[in-house]
Amino acid sequence: MNNIPLKPTQKANTAWLFKMAWRDAKASKVRLLLFMASIILGIAAVVSIQLFSGNLKNNIQGQSKSLMGADYLIDTDQEPTERAQQLIDSLGPQAMEVNFVSMVAFPKNGGTRLVRVRGIAGDFPFYGEIDSEPPTAGNTYQQQGGALVDATLMLQYNVVPGDSIKIGEVTLPIAGALKAIPGTTAISTSVAPPVIIPYAYVEQTQLLQFGSRKEYQYFFKDETVDLALLDKTLDPMLDMENADIDTHTSTSSRLGRRYDNVGKFLNLVAFIALLLGCVGIASSVNIYIKEKLPAVAVLKCLGASRKLSFLIFGIQIAGIGLLGGLLGTALGVGVQSMFPYILQSLLPFNVTIELLPQPLILGVLLGVFMSVLFALLPLLRTLYVSPLAVLRIDDSGTVQSTLARWVLGILIFGFLYGFSFWLLQDGAYALAFVVGVVVTFAILAGIALFTMKLVKYFFPKEASYTLRQPLLNLFRPNNQTMVLLVAIGLGTFLISTLYLSKDMLLAKTSIENNAKSPNLVALDIQTKQLDAVVGVFNKNKIDIINNIPLVTMRMHSIKGVGLNEIRKDTTSTIRGWILNHEFRTTYRDSLIGSEKLQKGEWIANYEQGTIPISISDNIARDAQLAVGDAVVFNVQGVLMETVVASVRQVDWTRLQLNFSIVFPAGVLENAPQFNVLTAHVPNEERSAYLQRDLVASFPNVSLIDLRQVYTIIEDILDKVSWVINFMAFFSILTGIIVLIGSVRTSKYQRIREAVLLRTLGAKNKHIVTIAILEYLFLGVLGCLVGLVLALAGSAALAFYLFEETFAPTIWPLLVFLPALVLLVVAIGLSNIRPVLKSSPLEVLRGVG
Amino acid sequence: MNNSKILKINGLQKNYTSGAKQLTVLQDVSFEVAKGQTFAIVGPSGSGKTTLLGLCAGLDTADAGTVTLCGHNLQQLTQDQRAQLRNQEVGFIFQNFQLLPTLTALENVSVPLDLQGDKKASQIAKELLEKVGLGNRLDHYPSQLSGGEQQRVALARAFSNRPSILFADEPTGNLDEETGETVIKLLLELNQDAGTTLVIITHDMDLARRTQQILRLKGGQVVSNQPVAAF
Repeated sequence: MNNIPLKPTQKANTAWLFKMAWRDAKASKVRLLLFMASIILGIAAVVSIQLFSGNLKNNIQGQSKSLMGADYLIDTDQEPTERAQQLIDSLGPQAMEVNFVSMVAFPKNGGTRLVRVRGIAGDFPFYGEIDSEPPTAGNTYQQQGGALVDATLMLQYNVVPGDSIKIGEVTLPIAGALKAIPGTTAISTSVAPPVIIPYAYVEQTQLLQFGSRKEYQYFFKDETVDLALLDKTLDPMLDMENADIDTHTSTSSRLGRRYDNVGKFLNLVAFIALLLGCVGIASSVNIYIKEKLPAVAVLKCLGASRKLSFLIFGIQIAGIGLLGGLLGTALGVGVQSMFPYILQSLLPFNVTIELLPQPLILGVLLGVFMSVLFALLPLLRTLYVSPLAVLRIDDSGTVQSTLARWVLGILIFGFLYGFSFWLLQDGAYALAFVVGVVVTFAILAGIALFTMKLVKYFFPKEASYTLRQPLLNLFRPNNQTMVLLVAIGLGTFLISTLYLSKDMLLAKTSIENNAKSPNLVALDIQTKQLDAVVGVFNKNKIDIINNIPLVTMRMHSIKGVGLNEIRKDTTSTIRGWILNHEFRTTYRDSLIGSEKLQKGEWIANYEQGTIPISISDNIARDAQLAVGDAVVFNVQGVLMETVVASVRQVDWTRLQLNFSIVFPAGVLENAPQFNVLTAHVPNEERSAYLQRDLVASFPNVSLIDLRQVYTIIEDILDKVSWVINFMAFFSILTGIIVLIGSVRTSKYQRIREAVLLRTLGAKNKHIVTIAILEYLFLGVLGCLVGLVLALAGSAALAFYLFEETFAPTIWPLLVFLPALVLLVVAIGLSNIRPVLKSSPLEVLRGVG
Repeated sequence: MNNSKILKINGLQKNYTSGAKQLTVLQDVSFEVAKGQTFAIVGPSGSGKTTLLGLCAGLDTADAGTVTLCGHNLQQLTQDQRAQLRNQEVGFIFQNFQLLPTLTALENVSVPLDLQGDKKASQIAKELLEKVGLGNRLDHYPSQLSGGEQQRVALARAFSNRPSILFADEPTGNLDEETGETVIKLLLELNQDAGTTLVIITHDMDLARRTQQILRLKGGQVVSNQPVAAF
C-alpha cells in the first residue's frame, strides 16, 4: 500500500514560539525568579570584578609615565661608583635627587617628625606634576629656595606656607604644602612623609654622614629610546655597580603585581559566584523542566514537533538568561563604581572609572550562555518525552542519548575551563580549579548513591512511621537525595572554601599590636651616643625592649674567590648586587619570631676557629651559598673569615627589624657600629615627649612611631577586607539562593505527598516531623561533606595558589554547620507550609 | 485502499517488558473505521483499550501489524511526521482534560491552530469557546475552572483544527453523571456538525450504545466488532 503524501509542514512561526515561551514564563514567574536571582548575582560579581580589574590596569598603564615622572631612572643606595657615574653621565640625566630619612623640626611650635627629605635638582617631574598648595609652589620652590612639606604633616603640626622647617643644620622657608608627587603612595608617605628641598641645600644639612641611609636617583626624559633594549643592555652593567635602572613600563607592571593577591582572591570570588550561579541554574531548571514534561507531552500530542517543544522552553531559558545577564551587568556596574572611593588612599593614582565594553558584553553573553548550557541537560528531556504520557502510560523505556550527555559534559567542562583560564590566565591553575570542582561533584554524587543503598539495606522496619517515612523518602522512586545532596554539598563547599580563603588572606595581613611588641624604633644611634640615648628613654620612663647592634660590611670573597674575579667571570651566576652591597648585619645568640632555621645549625656564641654565621634564604640563593661555604667580609678595612653555619627562612613582611646576615655573640661587639633601640610607648603624649627630648640632643637619631604606621596599615587593611568581605558576601548570598532553590525544587512533590497524608488522617505534627527529619538528614550529610571537602580544597588553594600555610579557624565551621542545616530545614518546612495552613483540596487546586 | 476507511488496523500486536517478563497487551487486533462513523472501543480495565488508542493516534508504535490513519501507514512515518499528521487530521479528548496549566482557556484552544500558523487562531478559538458556553471564561486558567468547564475547553480544543478523526479517551471518566451527560451531548453535537469520525474509548456501555459501532476488547484481543443495532 502506498502512502499518500503529508500536507505541507506546519508553519508555526517564530513569533508564536516566543509568545508561547512568554505565556508559559508569565505563569511560572515565582519559580523562575530564583533561577534568575542565581544568574543576576553570579554575573554581577563577575562583571564588577572584571570591570574594576580592567579599569585598574588601564589606569596604571595610562598613567605609567606620570607615575614615575620620567621615562626612566637610575637609582643606587650609595654614591655612584666611578663606572656608574660614567654610565649615568653618558646618558645625560635631566634631573637628579638624593633622598634620606631624617627627623625635622618646626621652629614655630617645636614639633618634630621623621620625614623623607628629597633634595631635587632639575625640572623633575617631566610628566605629571607636583600637586601643591599654593599650586605655583611646585614650580617655584627651586628658585625661591624653599621646601615643599607634606600637606598632612603641615596640618598635624599646624604650620602654613611662610613658616620655616629645620632639617639638620639648615632652616628653610616652607614654600607650599605638598599634596602629591609622582612615585609616592599613601603608605610610604605615612611612615615618612616627604619634604622636598632644592638639591643645593642638601650638603648644608650635614645629614649625609657615614652610615646614613640614602638613595640617589637620576631621572631621564627620552621618548625615543627603546626602553626594553635599554633595560636589557644597561641592567647587567649597573647591577655590577650596585645600581638599578627602572623604566616607566616596568614600574607600571610592578604596580600591577602589587595588587596580585587581592586580584587572585577577587578572581576566585568571581569563579565561585559564577559556579554557584551555574549550580543554581542547573538545580532550578532541572525541576522546572521536570514539571513541564506533561505539558510537553500534551503539545506533542497536539502535533508539536520535538524541535518546536524544545525551542519553546529553550527560548524561555535563554530569555531569562538574557534578562538576568542584563540585570546582573547593571548591578555589577553599580557595585564596581563604589570600589575606587573605598580604595582611593591605597592607590598611588586617581582611578577614573570607564564602562569598558568587554566585561559588559561578556556579562550579558555569559548570562545567556551559562543559562542555556546548564539548562541543556534537563531541556534535552523535552526531546525524549513521549506523547503517550497524556494517556497515563508510563513510557519510562525512552532513554536519553548517551552521546548527547557526553557532548554536553564536555561542553560544560570546556566552558568552566575557558572561564577560569580567562580569569586566572594560567592553564594549570584553571585545570586544577575545574578538576577540583568535578571531583567534588563526583564525591558528592558517590556519597548520595552510597547513602541511598545504605539506608535501604539497614532500613529500620520496626521504627515508628514518622521515622520510617523520611528515611523511605531518601531512596524511593523519584527521590531528591541525589539532587539535594549534590546541591547542598556543593553550595556548602563553595561558600566555606571562600570563607576559609578569605580568612586566610586577612589573617596573613593582620598585625600584632600589643604591649610586648615594640611600637617605637630609634635608628642610627652611634655607639658613643648609646648610653646617653638610653638615658633619655629612662628619663621618660620608657623601657627598652630591644637594643639591636648594626654593623655595616661588604663581602670580600665568596668560597675562596675574590669579588673582583667573580665580577670578571662572565659565567658566574652570583647576582651582581651581592658583590657591591653594603650589608647591615647584627649579632645575637638566638633566633627571633620572624625567623625559622631552614638548614644547618644555629650557633649562639662564638668560641674559636672560623666565625660561624647565619644567612637568610634569599642571600643563600643570590650568592650561591650553602652550609659550610666560606665567606670573607670586609668590616671597615678589617677582613673577617666566616663560614655559613645555617640558613634561615625570614618572614620579611613582619613589621620588625630583620637581617640577612647574623653573627653569633662574641665577635662584632667591638666593631664600629650603630644601634637600633625598640620600645613600647603607651600613648601619644609620652611618645611626643620622648621625640622632643631625643631630637633636641641627637638630631641624627631617627624615630619611627610604629603606632602611626599601625593605624595607617590597619586602615588600609580595613578597606581591603571590606572589599573582600563584600565580594565574599555577594557569593555567599548566591550560595544561599542556590540552597533555597534546590530545597524548593522538591516543593511540589512534597506538597502532594503531604496533602495525601493529611487526607489519610495525618496531623500537622506528623507532617512537620517527617519533613524536619528528612531535611535534617540531608542537611547534616550535605553540609558535613561540603565542609570536609572545603577544608581540603582550601588547604590546596593555600598551598598552590596563595602560597601560604593553611591554619583554618575552627569556630566559623562550628557556626556554619548548624546554620546551614537550619537553613535547609527552614526552607524545607516552608515548602509544606501551605499544607499546614489550608485544606487539602485548596492546596491541590493551587498546585495543579 | 478503500478510501471510505479513515482508520485501518491490521494484525496489531504490542508487548511491554516488565522486568524479565514480556507482557502482550494487544494481540492480532484488526478492524476498520469508516469516515464519519462513530465508533466505541469497550472492555474491562487492563483489556488494552488505552494502548490501542495510543497506537491508532500514532502516539506509540506497534511491535507487529499496521495502522493506517487517513491513508498514512504510521509505521513508515517518523515521530515528527506523526506529530504533523495529528496536528492536521486528529483531535483528542482525554479523561483528565490535559489542558496546559500555564495557558488561559483561549490560549489552550488556539494551540493546534497556532501550530499550523493559522492567523485566525484566536478568532476561531473564541468562537468555539462561545459554542461550548465558555465565552465569558476566555482568560481563565485551568485551575480557575471546574472539571466540567475544563472538559468543555478540551472539547473546543479538539475541534479547533477541524480534525478528520477525533479520539476520546474516557471523556466522562473524571466527571459526575450530570456534567458527564452535558459534555457527551456537546461532543456528539459538535461531531455531527463537523462530520468528524469519532472513536471513543469507554467502559460505559450506555455511552457506547450512542455510537454506530462497538468493538469489544478482552485480554488484548478483539472479542466482537458489531454495529450498535446488533446489541
